[in-house]
Amino acid sequence: MTKTVNNRAWFFVLPVFAIVAFSAVLPLMTVVNYSVQDTFGNNQFFWNGIGWFQELLDPSTELGGRFFDALWRTLLFSAIILLIEVPLGIAVALSMPREGWTVALCLVLMALPLLIPWNVVGTIWQVFARSDIGLLGWIVNHLGIDYNYTNDSIDAWVTLIVMDVWHWTSLVALLCYAGLKSIPDAYYQAARIDGASRWAIFRTIQLPKMRRVLLIAVLLRFMDSFMIYTEPFVITGGGPGNATTFLSIDLVKLALGQFDLGKAAAMSLVYNLIILAICWVFYTVMINVDAERERVEA
Amino acid sequence: MARITLDHLAHAYKPDPRTAEDYALKEINHVWSQGGAYALLGPSGCGKTTLLNIISGLVRPTRGRVLFNDLDVTDLPTEARNIAQVFQFPVVYDTMSVRENLAFPLKNRHVPRDRTAQRVEEIAQLLDLTRVLDRKASNLTADMKQKISLGRGLVRPDVAAILFDEPLTVIDPHLKWQLRSTLKEIHRALDITMIYVTHDQTEALTFADKVVVMHDGAVVQTGTPDELFERPAHTFVGHFIGSPGMNILPCKVEGATALIGNQAIALQRIYRTLSDGERVELGIRPEFARLQTNGTGLPVQIRRIDDIGRARIARVEMSGRPLAVSVPEGISIEGSEAALTLDPRHIHIYANGHLVSGEPIGGHGA
Amino acid sequence: MTLVLEGVSKKIGAAVHIDDVRLTLQRSSLNVLLGATLAGKTTLMRLMAGLDAPTSGRVLVEGQDVTGWPVQRRSVAMVYQQFINYPSLNVYENIASPLRVSGLPKNEIETRVREAAKLLKLEPYLDRKPLNLSGGQQQRTAIARALVKRADLVLLDEPLANLDYKLREELREELPRVFAASGAVFVYATTEPSEALLLGGNTATLFEGRVTQFGPTPQVYRHPHDLTTARVFSDPPLNVLMARKAGGSATLSTGGEIPATGPLAAVPDGNYTVGFRAHHLNLEPPGAGEIAISAVVSVSEITGSESYVHLDASEHRLVALVPGVRRLEPKSAVTAYIDPRHLFLFDEAGRLAATDPAQRAA
Repeated sequence: MTKTVNNRAWFFVLPVFAIVAFSAVLPLMTVVNYSVQDTFGNNQFFWNGIGWFQELLDPSTELGGRFFDALWRTLLFSAIILLIEVPLGIAVALSMPREGWTVALCLVLMALPLLIPWNVVGTIWQVFARSDIGLLGWIVNHLGIDYNYTNDSIDAWVTLIVMDVWHWTSLVALLCYAGLKSIPDAYYQAARIDGASRWAIFRTIQLPKMRRVLLIAVLLRFMDSFMIYTEPFVITGGGPGNATTFLSIDLVKLALGQFDLGKAAAMSLVYNLIILAICWVFYTVMINVDAERERVEA
Repeated sequence: MARITLDHLAHAYKPDPRTAEDYALKEINHVWSQGGAYALLGPSGCGKTTLLNIISGLVRPTRGRVLFNDLDVTDLPTEARNIAQVFQFPVVYDTMSVRENLAFPLKNRHVPRDRTAQRVEEIAQLLDLTRVLDRKASNLTADMKQKISLGRGLVRPDVAAILFDEPLTVIDPHLKWQLRSTLKEIHRALDITMIYVTHDQTEALTFADKVVVMHDGAVVQTGTPDELFERPAHTFVGHFIGSPGMNILPCKVEGATALIGNQAIALQRIYRTLSDGERVELGIRPEFARLQTNGTGLPVQIRRIDDIGRARIARVEMSGRPLAVSVPEGISIEGSEAALTLDPRHIHIYANGHLVSGEPIGGHGA
Repeated sequence: MTLVLEGVSKKIGAAVHIDDVRLTLQRSSLNVLLGATLAGKTTLMRLMAGLDAPTSGRVLVEGQDVTGWPVQRRSVAMVYQQFINYPSLNVYENIASPLRVSGLPKNEIETRVREAAKLLKLEPYLDRKPLNLSGGQQQRTAIARALVKRADLVLLDEPLANLDYKLREELREELPRVFAASGAVFVYATTEPSEALLLGGNTATLFEGRVTQFGPTPQVYRHPHDLTTARVFSDPPLNVLMARKAGGSATLSTGGEIPATGPLAAVPDGNYTVGFRAHHLNLEPPGAGEIAISAVVSVSEITGSESYVHLDASEHRLVALVPGVRRLEPKSAVTAYIDPRHLFLFDEAGRLAATDPAQRAA
C-alpha cells in the first residue's frame, strides 16, 4: 500500500545510506577492482579483464577445479544440515509444552546455544570431540568405534554436522514454535471432532500453518551454513586434506594464504552472486505463498 | 441421533469451589430431546460457552453428568462423542479442496471410498456447495467456509448433535439471512439435535424451537420464542429479549392495582401483597404500549423519536422514568406531551426480578 | 470543519478500491458509511484520515487542499473494531494519553478527561485497567480517548461489531447524543442497515468502492435512487421481482397480471425491476388495490413479537416480516400481498424509475 508522501522521512533514512555506502558499497567496489586485475604486491596492478572469471568457472583449470570442489562440498554440507535440522526442529517444536511455567524454561534452554559466539562453539567442539582428551571422542573410542576427526574425513564431517545441529536446531525449533502458537484452538478442536489422527493433524493443520516460518527457517539456515567459516576453521582447519575446505575457507586460503588477490576477488564475487541468486529464489517463493494466502475469490 | 441429558451439572474453573460465585456454571438439570433445535442465549460471561464445551467434551464438569441417550459420556473425549461443532471463526483445512474437506471426517474413520464420495455429493447438494467442490477451501468467502465446517459435521451419518458457537459472527448481514434459513432447512431435513450458542436474540429466537436464556452462570428461563417474549420469567429475560427490551418500572402493587409514582394502573390479575422488603417492578414491552396525542391515559413527555425504518420508537418519560414505546408506521406523533395506554394483558409484575403470577380476578382467594 | 472529497479514487495495481467518490461532510455531523465487507469502507476512512493518499482526486478541509498531507498534520481520531487501549494504563490515563502527548496543562487534562468520562459513563471505572472491564466499557474508553482530543474528524470503523447484541443496542442509543455534544465531523462505518437507521445523521451507501447515494439517513432509506442502494440499505434483504408494463396493466415475473397503479402508472411501457421491503409484504387479507403474489412457504422464523416468513415465488426468494407469531408449515401455499404504493420501480440500468408520488412527499 502506498503511504502518504512525507519528505521528512528521508532525513531519517540518510544515515543508513551513508553507513551502507561505507560498509558495503565501497569494499565491494574494491573487490570488483581487484577481480579484473593481477598484482604481485608493491601496489602494482596489471589489467586482466575477465580472465580470472573464465579460469574460475572452467573446472579443467586448477582454480576452477578447486572452486567447484569447494562449492559442491559446501552445497552438500548445507543440504545435510537442512535435512537434519528442519525435521528435527519441527519435532522439537511439536513436543514443546504450550502453557505453564515449563514454556519459559524450555525457551531459555533452547536459546542458550544460540547465544554462544561461533568461535567459542568451534573451540568447545574442538576439545569436546578430541579422541585423546575430549569427553565425546574418548567415550566413542572406548565404545569400540574408531573415531578421530583429525585424520578421517568422514569423522570430520560427522563432527561438523553434529556441532551445527547442536548449535542451530533450536533456531528452527523456536521459529516453528512461534508458528504453532499462532494456530487458534478451534482448529485442533475441529480436527478432534473430525476424528483426525495425530499425523493427520500435523499434515493438514500444523504443517500448512508453519509453511511461512519454515521458509524463513530454511532460508536462514541455508545462508548460514552456506557461509560457514569460523567453526570448521577452528575445528578442522579445512582438513583432513581438503575434506572440509568449504568455499569460505578456500577463499581465505586463496586470498590470505596464497595472496592471490585477483583470483580471490573473482571467487568472492561469484560466491556472493550465488548467495544473492538463492536468496532471490526464496524471496519469490515467499511472496507467492503470501499472495496465494491473500487471494480471496468471491 | 441422541437425547442429551444434563444431570446436576455444574462447573468451576477454580479448584475446590465453595460459594456460588466460584461456579462459572451453576447447577443445571436439563433434557434436550432428539431432533430439537435449541439455543443458548446470554451475554458474554454468562456460562453458555462453558456449557457448550462440556457437551462437546472439551471441558470436564466439576460436578454432574452428561448423558447421550442413556450413555454417560462425561468422561469420553470429544472424538468419541459423535458430535460436530461449527465455530465462531470458520475452520477449514486450507490446503484441501472443498471436496477433500467434506470427506476428511469419513476418511479418518476409514469409510469406503465410494460411500464417502456419494455422501460428500449428497451433503454438497444440501448445502449448495456442489459448484465449488473442486475449489480450494482457503479461497472462499466466510459464509462458504462456515457451510464447509457444517458440512464436515453433517457428512458423518452417525452424528448425534451439532453444536454452533456464534457461527454468524463474521458473516455480512445479507448473507446471515441466507445462512440462517439454510440452517433451518437442514434441521428440518435431517432430524439432528442442534444446539446454537449466541448473544444475539434474533439469531437465537429465529433458529430455535426452545431457547435457554442464561445469566450469571445460571439458566433463568427456558421456553419457546413466544413464551420468552410474552411471559418473561425474569426481568433479565424481559430486558435481554426484544429490541428495545421490556420497560421495567419500579412500582407498588395492591391487589389488582399497580402504582407507579402516583399513577394507578389497573391490572388483570390480583396479586398477593408484596412486602416492602421486596423489589417490586412492573414490566411492559414497548410493543404493548400505545401513545396517543389526545385521549386518556398516563401522561408522558416525549423526549425523542427514533426512526428504525419499518417502525419508530418513541423515547418517553413517565414520572421521571424513561420508557420506550413502539409507534407503528402511518401514525404520526407530534408535540412533547402524550397519553400512554398499556395493554393490561401484557403487564407483568416482578418481585426481586422474578415473575409473580397473580390470581385471576373473580378466582378463588386474593 | 468541513471535509470534502473531490472525485477521490484509490487503485492498487489493476484493482479499483475506491472509485470517484464525491462527498461533502459538514461540520458537526454524523455520517454513516454503510456497505458490506470489502465494499471499501475502511479504505475510504484511511483516505479521509490521510493514512493513505488517493490515486487521484482531492481531499479538502475547510476549503484547503490537504491531499497528500500525512495523518500527523491533520486533526484526526480513530476508533477500531478491536478494543484498542493501553493495557498497562488505567482508564483515566488511557483517556488522557493523547492530551499528555500534546502537552496540555494538568488541570485542563483533568477537566477534559472527566468530561469525556461522564459523557461515556466511565466515571466509576477511571482507576481500573482496561482488561478488567467488559467489552462495552473497553470500547467506551477507546471512544472517550478519541473524543477528548477534540479532533476535527473522528472515524469509527465498525466500533460495535465485537460487542454483545444488548451492549450494542445500549451504545447505539447513546452515541448520537455523544456525537452531538462535539463539533467534529463523525464518520461511522457499519455493515448493518439497522445500525445506520438508529444512528440517524447522514448515510452514504457504499458498493464496490462507489458511493451510490448520500443524504439524510431516513431519506436514503425511504427514497433510494437506484437498485444497488436499495439492496445495500435493506435488512432483511430487499425483495426483488421483474415486471413488464404494457398499457394499463403489468405482468409480474411471479405470474399474474396486475393493473398498473401506484408507481407503475407513472412510467412508460417496458421492463422494470420491482423492489420492496420485507415489512411491506403481508399475509393478511388484502386491502383495497393490493397486489397478490402466490408463493410457497420455505421457512418461517419467529422472533417472539414478529415472524420472518421466507417464501418461494416462482424463482424468487421473498421475505415477509409480519407481526405476531405465524407458524406456517414449510411447503404450504400462501398468498402474500403488497400495496403498490410501497413498490420501488427501477429501470433496466437499475436507476429509480418511480415510487409512489404520495410516498415521495412523505
